[in-house]
Amino acid sequence: MLELKNISLTVEDGAELLNDVSFTVDDGKLVVITGPNGGGKSTLAKVIAGIIQPSSGQILFDGVDITNKSITERAKMGVSFAFQQPVRFKGLTVRELLHLAAGEQLTDEQASTYLCEVGLCASEYIDREVNGSLSGGEIKRIEIAMIMARRTRLSIFDEPEAGIDLWSFNNLIDVFHKLRRELKGSLMIISHQERILDVADRIIVLADGKVAAQGSKNHVLPELLGGKCKFCCGQECVNDHE
Amino acid sequence: MNEITKSLLAMIADLKGEPDGAYNIREDSGCAGRQSTANVDIVPKKDKPGIDIIVKPGTKGEKIYIPACVTHSGVNDLVYNDFIIGEDADVTIIAGCGVHSEGEEDAVHNGIHSFSVAKNARVRYVEKHVGTGKGTGKRLINPQTYIVLDEGSYLEMDTMQIKGVDSTKRITKAAVAAGAKVVVKEKLMTHGEQYAETAFTVDLNGEGSGADLVSRSVARDHSRQLFRSCINGNVACTGHSECDAIIMDQGVVSAIPELTANHVDAALIHEAAIGKIAGEQLIKLMTLGLTPEEAEAKIIEGFLK
Repeated sequence: MLELKNISLTVEDGAELLNDVSFTVDDGKLVVITGPNGGGKSTLAKVIAGIIQPSSGQILFDGVDITNKSITERAKMGVSFAFQQPVRFKGLTVRELLHLAAGEQLTDEQASTYLCEVGLCASEYIDREVNGSLSGGEIKRIEIAMIMARRTRLSIFDEPEAGIDLWSFNNLIDVFHKLRRELKGSLMIISHQERILDVADRIIVLADGKVAAQGSKNHVLPELLGGKCKFCCGQECVNDHE
Repeated sequence: MNEITKSLLAMIADLKGEPDGAYNIREDSGCAGRQSTANVDIVPKKDKPGIDIIVKPGTKGEKIYIPACVTHSGVNDLVYNDFIIGEDADVTIIAGCGVHSEGEEDAVHNGIHSFSVAKNARVRYVEKHVGTGKGTGKRLINPQTYIVLDEGSYLEMDTMQIKGVDSTKRITKAAVAAGAKVVVKEKLMTHGEQYAETAFTVDLNGEGSGADLVSRSVARDHSRQLFRSCINGNVACTGHSECDAIIMDQGVVSAIPELTANHVDAALIHEAAIGKIAGEQLIKLMTLGLTPEEAEAKIIEGFLK
């Protein structure tokens, strides 16, 4: 359903942030992109969402070339993107953002369900402004709830575990399982977390802007977790690549 | 009341026809309707244009409508409204002003309001301003509000100016006694060549008194705004003022705070943030399927809500 063909991105100072990246994400699959910091993971997610335009290459979404389509067009076609650092809005409430995400007026019950899924008490949060009064963990969970409300063909999460401190990690994993079950779509998760890697159908390792390895979890995971991580410049690799 | 007044009233006070309860509808310097109730007396002044609004002590939950409309150019309206709120009362006053101009001459409303709020009374004062009509004459609204809060009382002023007012100069002064609090929430949008000036002055005179002055505004096109807030903490008290502005196109916003702590236990804060809409906010809403224009409108709608 998503196919990247030879995506490269060179910025003004000549640095190559992405170099000939090609892979596919099949229907209904959960793909985790991992690799060292600065390897190009977030950049790649932004390229897929249309926030950054690649220098060359092609992106196909359900067989349609979306390389030159705008962020809005891609969103309407079914691409969702949960930011690593969610945006705050003075004046817009959780309820309003969930309505916008769903593309329709949700009932209180529907909106509450999404908030409960991410471990937030709906009555406490639904009318709160998504402003600086929310903690990093709270706003991150609201970001995930918005993606759930979008129910799109492709949901991209950029480091969803970051900042989720007080919420049990199991719940986050449950959210991904639920999305897989209920959505007729695919998930792409950028993560360093072993437990997220562990639920992947396919793992893609991005280092220095290139695909350093890709394959099934069983194929790639032992390489990543074998004490010395060959994708991380030979550094000791425990649970993540921080 | 004429059709333009009816249309303005719907915008500024959500009114269709005459309201229940106490009201006074001012139209082109005259009276288009007035009603007192058992607890709220509305009495025309004898020495100058305007009314006294007298709320009996202990009055609870009543809404009082005091809107003013200028429906054609060439009107320069001046009105003095004095609100006398009795002890322990708790009322909402819906004021608001609409000015309409179809001609070359200006349509002007100058409203001078005073509030005397007795011990432990609470007042919510809601004021919406709007300008309409296609005349070249300017639509001007210049309100002045003088507030005296007695011990333990509370006054919240929600003001909003959304469109069509070419120039406004708003002066608000408050003297706050012990345990009393004044809260002002201002929402302002200017466009075209409009000018808006806000000047708050609050004297926190009583032990434990408080002030919270918050302005959110958007300046578009070539419009200009000036926000001044002056809080004098004369005793142990808390004062906060905040100016939060979005500028677009060639809009200009100035924020000038002045905090004076005349007492070692006066805690005073000012915050100001002026800037364009953050690009990441637009991008986030676009990833939800909104066009850039829809995203911008949504952000502003939320900001000024």
